[in-house]
Amino acid sequence: MIDNQDFNNVALKDTPFYKAQERVVLRNCGVIDPESIEEYIAMDGYAALGKVLTQMTPDDVIKCVSDSGLRGRGGGGFPTGRKWSLCAPVQAPQKYVVCNADEGDPGAFMDRSVLEGDPHCVIEGMAICGYAIGATKGFVYVRAEYPIAVKRLQIAIDKAREMGLLGKNIFGSGFDFDMEIRLGAGAFVCGEETALMTSIEGKRGEPRPRPPYPAIKGLYGCPTTENNVETFANVAQIILRGAEWFASKGTEKSKGTKVFALGGKIKNTGLVEIPMGTTLREIIENIGGGIPNGKKFKAAQTGGPSGGCIPAEKMDVPIDYDNLTAIGAMMGSGGLIVMDEDNCMVDIAKFFLGFTVDESCGKCTPCRVGTRRMLEILEKITAGNGEMSDLEELEKLAEYIKANSLCGLGQTAPNPVLSTIKNFREEYIAHIVDKKCPAGVCKNLLRYVIDPEKCKSCGMCKRACPADAISGERGVPYSIDPEKCVKCGACYATCKFGAISKQ
Amino acid sequence: MANTITKIPFKGTKEQQEELFKAIDVYAGQSGALIPVLQEAQKIYGYLPYEVQKMIAEKLQISMEKVYEVVTFYAQFSLQPLGEYNISVCLGTACYVKGSGNIFDKLQEKLGIKNGECTPDGKFRLDACRCVGACGLAPVMTINDDVYGRLTVDQLDGILAKYGFGK
Repeated sequence: MIDNQDFNNVALKDTPFYKAQERVVLRNCGVIDPESIEEYIAMDGYAALGKVLTQMTPDDVIKCVSDSGLRGRGGGGFPTGRKWSLCAPVQAPQKYVVCNADEGDPGAFMDRSVLEGDPHCVIEGMAICGYAIGATKGFVYVRAEYPIAVKRLQIAIDKAREMGLLGKNIFGSGFDFDMEIRLGAGAFVCGEETALMTSIEGKRGEPRPRPPYPAIKGLYGCPTTENNVETFANVAQIILRGAEWFASKGTEKSKGTKVFALGGKIKNTGLVEIPMGTTLREIIENIGGGIPNGKKFKAAQTGGPSGGCIPAEKMDVPIDYDNLTAIGAMMGSGGLIVMDEDNCMVDIAKFFLGFTVDESCGKCTPCRVGTRRMLEILEKITAGNGEMSDLEELEKLAEYIKANSLCGLGQTAPNPVLSTIKNFREEYIAHIVDKKCPAGVCKNLLRYVIDPEKCKSCGMCKRACPADAISGERGVPYSIDPEKCVKCGACYATCKFGAISKQ
Repeated sequence: MANTITKIPFKGTKEQQEELFKAIDVYAGQSGALIPVLQEAQKIYGYLPYEVQKMIAEKLQISMEKVYEVVTFYAQFSLQPLGEYNISVCLGTACYVKGSGNIFDKLQEKLGIKNGECTPDGKFRLDACRCVGACGLAPVMTINDDVYGRLTVDQLDGILAKYGFGK
């Protein structure tokens, strides 16, 4: 059953949810037993590693990945082949491959699913990368909040080692590669590549200035290539099926597929993998089945705390890295949160900024102090004390923080505010000028009112009110004293006749 | 986030100390040992009071300052003891747009504690967390290892009662 429709006589792959999807990264998830290396091998597992080690030079591998057009799936979209080619020629006694599985972006769970459902494809991708850049050691940095992912990945590493697919002299090729898991400890900034490396070294996960870039001086000062889980999960398929196959999917500058974690106010939630260039409308209306409870679509948020909100007018833009950046959002790691008319965009901007203020590591001033100043302005606006000059101040601070922060966290932190000001300016103005929250979210701007026509004078609301703000008696419609009302919503929840409304 | 030094006296046992020293021996000498050691220590003691940090600093032969700066940086590490039941409400985006903020407020009100605090009887601790990756079930909260999804405010009394709240 999807969306209460009966699909008894329809194959799963033909249901609207799956029909428009194309599963490359998720091809094995839910299909094979993730704790069985044999089942992965039966799905062509480790064939790509074998091909690379026996038939290809490291340069061939980098060329193949470059030609495929694969770009980093962690958010930034840096071309993966180019990243590898920067690290490969650097001479050093030790180099590292690091897999970023610190999926801290709230609302995103693609990497968790890949690690839980198909951990070997990440191991294989990392080993191929190790061969291409000349590294013999890998680290996977996983969030401690994902215990099942950690457990299954550890089982997968142990089994691969037992079978000689990790360790010394893999496939008799003379290539050595082994890896370890490192657990994160709950710091969003550790998803930033240099902060992640500092954290693996056992320190506070603060980012480092670049240059030097990790390709030259990364983990423990050694040349390091870091990619995220989804990026590595694509590699083996690219090697096996060829760069042309991968490059044939997607748009001009964004190739292949992308996994999105569809959530929020949408009927079908879950992971969806679609070719790049699919429109937001297709994802939301067809795959996602639309908005529940007959509500109207308001915005889709991508890129988490670094991204932006896409309004209804932009729903037909084909999704790829460059288009999303152009409309003020961001690909990000793949969180896609749908919002309806009951969500206040000023509140959402405040929510994300509150997140960044909490998670700013405090190393550089623009991010540490600047985001807090922006949050204070948003709190002022949602409390009903905003002035029109606050909008200019927000935009000015935003540009300053973007230009001057040390790492990606600060450089993108103002995006949720900028994109909501750009796309939902009238909502900010309603808060500032009319002192109203059109979505009925911001408590200080709300007024609860009893409709005398609908009121049956039952007195339930009066009993529910903790502030003694409701007066009336049997036979006479009740009313709320706005001076005393604490806007808790207890009366609203209690009224059986729908007589109380938020204004 | 509220992570202040606790006033509750330290009640570590000899067995816990032995277990901690065993864990330290596994990682000592490795680069980047501190974070895994702290994670083990938190598993053993439930939190990381001054006394435990001091033992770790001495055993790993690093300064107390280095230990403390790492403990206070990461959200996973707690200077406050855990409760018998640890309630964690997801305030990630998907949960937030589906009203987890109201659930969190209601729990603060019901339990009479704020984010990162424990009830005086040590029974419940309440934390806001950022995404447990169960966004399809939003809004979500966890109580120890139990996960509650698609929550509404009026389910809270029933759920808390299962853990003996109000008795």
